[in-house]
Amino acid sequence: MTGEPISYNTGYLDEQTKRMLRRALLKAVAIPGFQVPFASREVPMPRGWGTGGVQVTAALIGEDDVLKVIDQGADDTTNAVSIRKFFVAVAGVATTTRTDEASIIQTRHRVPETPLSEDQIMVYQVPGPEPLRFLERRETETRRMHALEDYGLMYVKLYEDIATHGHIATTYDYPVMVNGRYLMSPSPIPSFDNPKLHRSPALHLFGAGREKRIYAVPPYTDVESLGFEDYPFEPQRFEDPCAICGSVGVYMDEIITDDAGSSMLVCSDTDHCERTAAAKTEQVPA
Amino acid sequence: MYVAVKGGEKAIANAHALLAKEGRGDSHLPPIDPSWAVGQLAVLVARVMNEGSLYDPELAARAILQAQGDALEAITLVRSFRTTLPRFGYTVPVDTAALPPQRRISATFKDLPGGQQLGATFDYTHRLFTERDTDGPQASPNGADGADAPAMPRVSDLLGHDALVQPARPEHFTDPEPPDLTREPIVFPMERAGRLQALARGDEGFLLSLAYSTQRGYGSTHPFAGEIRVGEVELEFEPPELGFAVPLGRVEVTECQMINQFKGNAATPAQFTRGYGLAFGRAERKAMAMSTVDRALRADEFGERRVAPAQDEEFVISHSDNVEATGFVEHLKLPHYVDFQAELGLVRQLRAEYQQRQELEGREEIDEEVLV
Repeated sequence: MTGEPISYNTGYLDEQTKRMLRRALLKAVAIPGFQVPFASREVPMPRGWGTGGVQVTAALIGEDDVLKVIDQGADDTTNAVSIRKFFVAVAGVATTTRTDEASIIQTRHRVPETPLSEDQIMVYQVPGPEPLRFLERRETETRRMHALEDYGLMYVKLYEDIATHGHIATTYDYPVMVNGRYLMSPSPIPSFDNPKLHRSPALHLFGAGREKRIYAVPPYTDVESLGFEDYPFEPQRFEDPCAICGSVGVYMDEIITDDAGSSMLVCSDTDHCERTAAAKTEQVPA
Repeated sequence: MYVAVKGGEKAIANAHALLAKEGRGDSHLPPIDPSWAVGQLAVLVARVMNEGSLYDPELAARAILQAQGDALEAITLVRSFRTTLPRFGYTVPVDTAALPPQRRISATFKDLPGGQQLGATFDYTHRLFTERDTDGPQASPNGADGADAPAMPRVSDLLGHDALVQPARPEHFTDPEPPDLTREPIVFPMERAGRLQALARGDEGFLLSLAYSTQRGYGSTHPFAGEIRVGEVELEFEPPELGFAVPLGRVEVTECQMINQFKGNAATPAQFTRGYGLAFGRAERKAMAMSTVDRALRADEFGERRVAPAQDEEFVISHSDNVEATGFVEHLKLPHYVDFQAELGLVRQLRAEYQQRQELEGREEIDEEVLV
């Protein structure tokens, strides 16, 4: 085959694969929080770099879509740039950095600050879809636990946190109960973002390429972060406002500013930060 | 500064330009042509084809060059291409007993029908640097290419006549359509056919170490290399609309049958059991490791206690795919500052609480002293 040009289908994946993915997605939407095994394909980026998200997006994306890709909340992180360029190259799709303009938002580790709407789909890149994996390493066993709704182990873990530290010591990938039935990993988003999933008007799809699982939170589904009556779930908070745009009540990146370890806090969501800062500049009379 | 990670498009473009420059090496020298690699790096090409799960020497050679010699990167390239190809179906089962072997050895019998044939092997070479032979080797000795070799029945079949070896297929075997793990998700526990597929594309180094571990007491299977053979087999495909098989071409394969001691139990008399390995090209280490691990994974079939990693299907199969392994280990290069920020907050909180407790305890001790 030396020298022969190689061409790929629109959206990279072949149509049969897209159909397989769409079936898995439909099943996932029908059983909120349930991990649907799917025949994950190789894609032209390494496992662990968003191959699940890329497959879900590839199965969804059409000519009318506008794609936004973020990593750590930012549109300009290298892997987000790489994935966005991939879909421009193989699907010729329109892209944006504005959350409110996007129809599909592929993300790693964050939910945007801007509230989502009914006509938007979030696609999460998931490294470990099984919330029980570090408590029980066997898939055969965790599958049984989900089937029997046997989640005692997770509550014991949270209880042990409280016994040791006086509070729950999980800060990201904080387990949630979906639709009152399935325990689910929200992917490694900070627990700060967990409440955004609860009864969200948008469709949230989760793709774990290496682990070959797809799961979903349909619009307006209950997503409860685990907790106890006397020790309820408490998301992390930041006291200081963003050093660039002055936002409060958003997730922050800590930027080290000198060799002495001084730091400042800025918005993790670059789109939110830019627009808030721009709006402020407009308000100030020239 | 860490924000440099948010480099964006320009940084990526520059990095890739630099990568291309590094990979080109000395520009005064001609670039390596993939067709040279097919012949001169055939063992590496075979590895990329095996773990890339695609028999295409030219393309594998191209992948090796594009990946600048990084085998796993080349394998990832091949896999990403392979997965876009349409799948027509299964070929007619390959009869490896009929293949004219270029190499065929048995470690269990000094002589056997068809004889031993060393073939192209690194075995018994002295691992000394030699002068590079730019003229190429002299004409090969008679018969060394295997074209005129006599029929060589498989060693395991010879033993099978006496029922000393467990039959290759169980009684009432109906030859069901095997699963295709590139088209269906893996669900544990697996069928042996699916497991062999996973092992065939599994990382050579990982399988080698697992096989080695069984030899050092971690799930011992007492293996003997019953037979190793290398040669070309013809592939045939039966299109449903034709109703008869048509030849597709020939592929070079290495096959290894490990024969393992089994002391028997209440239901089965003592006999030898089998482990099976098959790989594209000259890939003897891979085939041997694969067959050893295959046998170790059959522990349940023989009522053996599963005590070692090599006997643990979930452990072995979940971690044998190097495309998955390298991707996930290397993904730690990606920014994790959102999660790290969350952990930073937690560690600070835990430290502050620790400090508070220390101070509180200190004060209580003082109070006690005052009381005394």
